[in-house]
Amino acid sequence: MTTLLSLIVEPGFFASEPVRTAAAIGGAAAVVSGAVGVFTVIRGQSFAGEALSDLSSAGGAAAFLLGINPLVGFLGMGVIAAACMELFRVDRASERDLVTGVVTSAGLGLAALLLYLDVTMSSTTGAAVTVMFGSMFAIPASIVPLALTVGIGALVAIGVLYRPLLLCSLDPDLAAVRGVNVRLIGLLHLIVAALAVALSAITVGAILSTALLIGPAAIALHLTKRPGMAILLASAVGVVTTWGGILVAYDSYEWTGGHGWPVSFCIVALIFVSYMAVAQAGTGGVRRALRVARAPISSGV
Amino acid sequence: MFEDFMVNTWIAATVVAAVAGVVGFFVVIRGAAFAAHALPLAAFPGAAAANLLGVNPLSGLLVFSALGVAGISQLARRARRDVATALSLVMLLGLGALFLSRTTEYFQAVFALLFGQILGVSNAELWSLFALGSASIALIVILFRPLLLSSVSPELGETMGVSARLIEVLFLAVVGLATAMALPVVGALLVFSLMVGPASAARAMVDRPLPAMLLSAGLAVVMVWASIALSFISDWPIGFFVGALSAIAYVAGRVWSSASLWRRAARSAAVGAQ
Amino acid sequence: MLAKGEVVAVRRASVSLAGRDILKDIEFTLGPGEFCGLIGANGSGKTTLIRTILGFIPPSSGAVAFEGGGKATSVGYVPQKFSLDPYMPMRARDLVGLGLDGARLGVPLPSKARRRKVDEMLEAVDGTRFADQRLGSLSGGEQQRVLIAHALIRRPGLLLLDEPLANLDMRSVAGIVTLLRRLSRELQITVLLSAHDMNPLLSVMDRLVYLAHGRAVTGTTDAVVRTEVLSQLYGYHIDVVRVHGRVLVVAADAEWDAKAAIERDPVHISQIP
Repeated sequence: MTTLLSLIVEPGFFASEPVRTAAAIGGAAAVVSGAVGVFTVIRGQSFAGEALSDLSSAGGAAAFLLGINPLVGFLGMGVIAAACMELFRVDRASERDLVTGVVTSAGLGLAALLLYLDVTMSSTTGAAVTVMFGSMFAIPASIVPLALTVGIGALVAIGVLYRPLLLCSLDPDLAAVRGVNVRLIGLLHLIVAALAVALSAITVGAILSTALLIGPAAIALHLTKRPGMAILLASAVGVVTTWGGILVAYDSYEWTGGHGWPVSFCIVALIFVSYMAVAQAGTGGVRRALRVARAPISSGV
Repeated sequence: MFEDFMVNTWIAATVVAAVAGVVGFFVVIRGAAFAAHALPLAAFPGAAAANLLGVNPLSGLLVFSALGVAGISQLARRARRDVATALSLVMLLGLGALFLSRTTEYFQAVFALLFGQILGVSNAELWSLFALGSASIALIVILFRPLLLSSVSPELGETMGVSARLIEVLFLAVVGLATAMALPVVGALLVFSLMVGPASAARAMVDRPLPAMLLSAGLAVVMVWASIALSFISDWPIGFFVGALSAIAYVAGRVWSSASLWRRAARSAAVGAQ
Repeated sequence: MLAKGEVVAVRRASVSLAGRDILKDIEFTLGPGEFCGLIGANGSGKTTLIRTILGFIPPSSGAVAFEGGGKATSVGYVPQKFSLDPYMPMRARDLVGLGLDGARLGVPLPSKARRRKVDEMLEAVDGTRFADQRLGSLSGGEQQRVLIAHALIRRPGLLLLDEPLANLDMRSVAGIVTLLRRLSRELQITVLLSAHDMNPLLSVMDRLVYLAHGRAVTGTTDAVVRTEVLSQLYGYHIDVVRVHGRVLVVAADAEWDAKAAIERDPVHISQIP
């Protein structure tokens, strides 16, 4: 048993401080993102999730360079973007995506301006890239308490909003009839998503924040139709793929002669492969998949 | 701003804007904003990969663009379109992270690809832009009717023998081509902004599809010219102006639509009162 | 293969979707110029049947055959839900024009002949008034006329309409029915339209296909809408009541469970005076 374990896990893994921090932070990000992500996927707002990730990263990079606490930049930009996205009354998902797109381009333009306003160009490029791709093994342990606070805050918000948010996401007309302020709930959902995304982006980078928001939730929704179950599953899948990815990344230092594969790649790859596996199984085999492929208009989700 | 060395910049920007306006018209009416945003982002790791292999970066961009198109259209068979787009995007970006980790001298180029560096367009790059730009526009013109029909109603298209799936793949391919072509010149941010903003305004201002598409291209060109000029004057990045103008264009389009509704309602109320 | 004089034949077609049997052994043929109603309660499979005829859904057994063999060469379709982007830059005449050449490559070049055909078609559906208005600004009834014009401009042999009357007010219903009947006669087009209430169609239907629990009965109204026929179709006792020229289909089973009946067949409740 120990030899099997030592095959999979390179020496020093469990003892390593960066690994433990990464596992804690990554795990927390995964739990929060998975929970929020279920609603984001149900509502068909994956674009908004991804856009919030880009925007909060840009905000964070800009804040960092302007000497402001980057956390303020991440969270602030994310929340402002969320508010702007919900500003316009839109009836169709496609129009909502268009608004998301327009807000994104304006926001990134603003970020480009802020990045430019900092004098030294060279530090800009490095920061921008670090922010986008993140480096989980370089997270200072001091950020842990703050990150956990934001994460817990987001989870509490989901708990409080659970019923109205679920109703609005599944049947907005019924929710309106029942007196729920659908637009307000939509705004609150995006704000919580912005918090989750910002938390992930700070700690694990922009790519991963999108992946952790959408991937595990999409996997969970393929496996179950019950929302409560989906939330638990999404968080679980998120944590498993995150820890698995960290493990693979750590091990990869051995295979690649000291370089190592980036953690973000390992985790995203795990999520992607898991999703393909689940989606494949979900269509019930090749024959059913063929029939689905032949029918010209897909009626499914 | 009209010095010799700027001429190429103006020409390149005009070509990119015209293509973005034409393609963007269909991006907007098909509700494909996410794909238009994701494809340029997904494409740029291709340039990093190409660099690693010592190949022409454009081919890397095209390959990754194609992978993005394949990912979005194929995954969309089993998943919601937006989930398919998100997952394809992060997977390709993850690959980008993998390639970037191999080389440390690439940060400058990455930044350029994201935010563009419209200055310093060589003549060779200009020819490449013309060729790929013409190809993109030609494809849209060729596909115009079935694409339009399928965009208004995929079902009506299917009834007339236009395969909605095929149209979707072909359209995404054109978006991928247009973004790969524009990316080295203007960056991911700009090409997307030029695709969504002008078309949002054009669709409100004109009732007919073909004139609306042409207006979209025209507005995109005007927008990029204004951005270059403003950028030159203020020294602020072009991306800021394009992003801001796109947002203004969208808002203007919405306001124009509402105003049209009011005018029509007022007119029919007046007719009813008679 | 079709017999002479048949436009479309549905031969023992069964359709399953997501593991559920929606249609079982549906069998009927339609001749040229026939005006046929596809009547059934909500959820009885009308849309599925129409989409199967269109070729959107492959039948799990049986087949649909068209004159000339193979797939339908020209079928017009007016879908039930036409979810239109309100900002779509397209006028009524543009959509009708696409009905003419939407499948052809390239950009529509202005031609007198094309414009004339579009004008004629719009005139035929009383749509000249709003020909140049945006699709998004049209009322439900007006949009429907545009869709009909779009579907008919190439003179198909068969026109399928999915619940065209469902979201219209009473006056518009009468208008559309009259329009469809007139077009069917003038252009010699076979029309199959689905509805959950057969009453607006009683005076114009040549025949009807009555759908219940996935099975169908075909024939004239008098032949099909009878107590004994429908009771056999439903599997429990049905009363057909004729009041002031209107038909009511009512369940009269002593052990009739209201809740189950509502879930199974909402038409009962809507028809009860």
